[in-house]
Amino acid sequence: MLSFRHLTAALAVLIALPAAAAEPEVFALDNGMQVVVIEDHRAPVAVSMVWYRVGGADDPAGQSGIAHYLEHLMFKATETLEAGEFDRVVEENGGQHNAFTSWDYTAYHQRVAADRLEQMLAMEADRMVNLRLDRSEWLPERDVILRERGQTLESNPDRVFGEQMRAALFQNHPYGRPIIGWRHEIETLTGEIATAFYRVHYAPNNAILVVAGDVVPADVLAMAQRHFGPIPAANTPPRVRPLEPPHQAERRLTMRDARVGQPYVNRLYLAPVRRSGAQREAAAFQMLAALLGGSAQTSVLDLALTYGEQIAITTWAGYSGLALDNGTFSLGIMPVEGVSLQQAEDALDRVIAGFIETGVDAAQLDRVRMQIRAEAIYELDDTAERANGIGAALALGLTPADEADWLAVLESVTAEEVIAAARQLDRRSSVTGWLMGVDQ
Amino acid sequence: MKRLFAALALGALLATPASAIELQQVTSPMGRIGWLAQDSSIPFASIEVIFTGGAGLETAERAGAVSMMTALLSEGAGDLDAQGYATALESLAGSVSFDAGRDQVTMSIRALSENRAQVVDLALLALTEPHFDQVSLERVRAQTVASLERSALDPNTITARAFASAGYTGHAYANPVSGTPDTVAALTLDAILEAHRAVFNKDLVYFGAAGDITPEEFGAFIDRVLDDLPISNTPLPDYRAFAAPPGVTVIDFDGPQSVVQFGHAGLRWDDPDFMAAYVLNEIFGGGGFGSRLMKELRESRGLTYGIYTSLASGRFGDSFAGRFSTGNETAAEAVALVREQFEWLANGGITQDDLTRIQTYLTGAYPLRFDGNEAIAGILASMQFNGFALDYINVRNDLVRAVTLDDVQRVARRLAQPEALHFVVVGRPVGLE
Repeated sequence: MLSFRHLTAALAVLIALPAAAAEPEVFALDNGMQVVVIEDHRAPVAVSMVWYRVGGADDPAGQSGIAHYLEHLMFKATETLEAGEFDRVVEENGGQHNAFTSWDYTAYHQRVAADRLEQMLAMEADRMVNLRLDRSEWLPERDVILRERGQTLESNPDRVFGEQMRAALFQNHPYGRPIIGWRHEIETLTGEIATAFYRVHYAPNNAILVVAGDVVPADVLAMAQRHFGPIPAANTPPRVRPLEPPHQAERRLTMRDARVGQPYVNRLYLAPVRRSGAQREAAAFQMLAALLGGSAQTSVLDLALTYGEQIAITTWAGYSGLALDNGTFSLGIMPVEGVSLQQAEDALDRVIAGFIETGVDAAQLDRVRMQIRAEAIYELDDTAERANGIGAALALGLTPADEADWLAVLESVTAEEVIAAARQLDRRSSVTGWLMGVDQ
Repeated sequence: MKRLFAALALGALLATPASAIELQQVTSPMGRIGWLAQDSSIPFASIEVIFTGGAGLETAERAGAVSMMTALLSEGAGDLDAQGYATALESLAGSVSFDAGRDQVTMSIRALSENRAQVVDLALLALTEPHFDQVSLERVRAQTVASLERSALDPNTITARAFASAGYTGHAYANPVSGTPDTVAALTLDAILEAHRAVFNKDLVYFGAAGDITPEEFGAFIDRVLDDLPISNTPLPDYRAFAAPPGVTVIDFDGPQSVVQFGHAGLRWDDPDFMAAYVLNEIFGGGGFGSRLMKELRESRGLTYGIYTSLASGRFGDSFAGRFSTGNETAAEAVALVREQFEWLANGGITQDDLTRIQTYLTGAYPLRFDGNEAIAGILASMQFNGFALDYINVRNDLVRAVTLDDVQRVARRLAQPEALHFVVVGRPVGLE
């Protein structure tokens, strides 16, 4: 429990706190479940996460959204817990919890006082195998998801545009489908379909437990043995998804929507992903994104287009390499009034070509490296984010060593590697979208 | 996500910490006060400074001036232009940011121990010697107007603004913090300079720090900030409770969903019953699990992805309000249900069991707020802003536990007024007009 020290004088006794920077410890249970423990004793709190190596890209054809729907249904009744009991027990323990689904993984997490950890693990183990879905529960929850889609996606033209962009970028891979699912397919999902999906993918050999906080690794391992150990491994099929063929033709799309205030251009390229033992290429793309768009005042794109030519309201560059099969690299520009989207897109391409031509500014690269070094310090303060980072990495087949190396790999990327990454951006593997209002 | 935690504008909710880390009150050489959680286990520190009086200081015609002023602080200061300033900060891997709210402007600093002095110099430069030149103003104006034009077409923003202007007519809380495309388009450099003078002065400034910084260093920082600032001459706004006429206002918006905001007057932040009301709100529509409204609208009927209420008790006004989205075809049903739930609340619906459960939750969740240096520094500054004593953390859970069912029912009768509810519905709701 917490100790609340009562302060009566201006001079307080300062307590010595242990160093917080313990490396993650990794274990495996006999049934194949991975267990990762990160010690951080600065506060008597623990974060517990269970990651499943299944996500929206594993939805069967015609059933988009089933992985995400199942995530919602995991909070319903099991053979031992009533509907809503999971919520109630976490609540009674003063905890916080939630869950999220990506294309490649689904994760469930709680944050509780460290001495409540075991109860969380017991309930996670329970719902790994004991979910029991009743029509009275799955039917309204399907409506909840349709509302979620309406509220968070369909009400926002940027999100709809993003969905269209991905659908156009991926020609064969299910990464082109929205995680939440297409509305017409969500409408056909049932508890039976969710249960079938659950039986195939939810098993200890397909899961990773990450616990971070005021805990001792041996204790966590013992608790994990007690609760997850008895669950037999399942015959989980290998993750083989339809892969992208070589792209031969760039795609372009225009979306008009009355709710768009300012038109903009966005471009999405296929890009490499972080691979175990081979993260340099991904790191080069990450550094490229940082140099092109990492700072609103000093990055290449804003410096040239927002401050220099003053034809942009803002610009951006981004890289996402934490995925199983394909990463994405994005570039974009929102032009000032009087500059057309075509002019804006041309200017963006011109600046990228110029960057490749002139090369990386050494001082800028130094600054980005300094920030990476600092991030290694700042991130020690964020236990939940460390748990998140290693959970996602392991769910994607990376190792703890890959995750531990990542900042060092980033820092070691050379100017030449950045330029090589920029040259790799291939318009044939891209989609360029224009989002505009109806009368723009 | 199973749940989207609501982006409802919260007023002065109790912002109070608890931690295993030692808190201390630091007195600067000039006799000024700041609160510190010193912890040298990681070599960096976060500092937060709250200046009382944010967008609430503006007239309707100048809505957005404070927000624009804070955005301009990073566009050049002292002998540095925008690029020079950003380059200097990036080289130190530090951060200095300013955020404008209704009631306050906050300055947040994060710096490695090895170069904190230089980062602090840059923060003070932005605070006291910003350029505020016309070229920067035009650039930031274009960015702000672009973002405002986008949000002016966003149903959530439309709903929030219509709700605020219905309930706070003629008061600063009716104005959006970031202004409107029209007011921002009309802002002059004089308005920016005036906003700067109105916000950054010696009065009602609160300091919090956490991490690797000593009391002496923190005390010296406090004095440097205050030494450079003038005395205030800007009156704070009058206090106003939310007062919109009862009923439903529909604003036509072409989309699949209706966004609904509802509420009426709330409670003053310094009301003796505020803690009981806070507990009541947590049971009724708070951010915890299984609130009454979530059960009735989401779990049982699938009418919404999420519904939340808050006691939006600001420094200069209050409301008890909530928001949700639903399908156009179910909007009328959902609005009727919300009314019913307010009646349930007013008629003593909350049970001892509800109260005991939420007390267990709130007291257990309290320590979890202490989540890293930045969060701690922010909490320490806002505790002072909210008028709490340093030892509040020791008694806060006792205060939560001391709330009785009688207290809750008394507040429920005072607070919940089903007949006074004002609803703003943005969408094409079927059966509502």
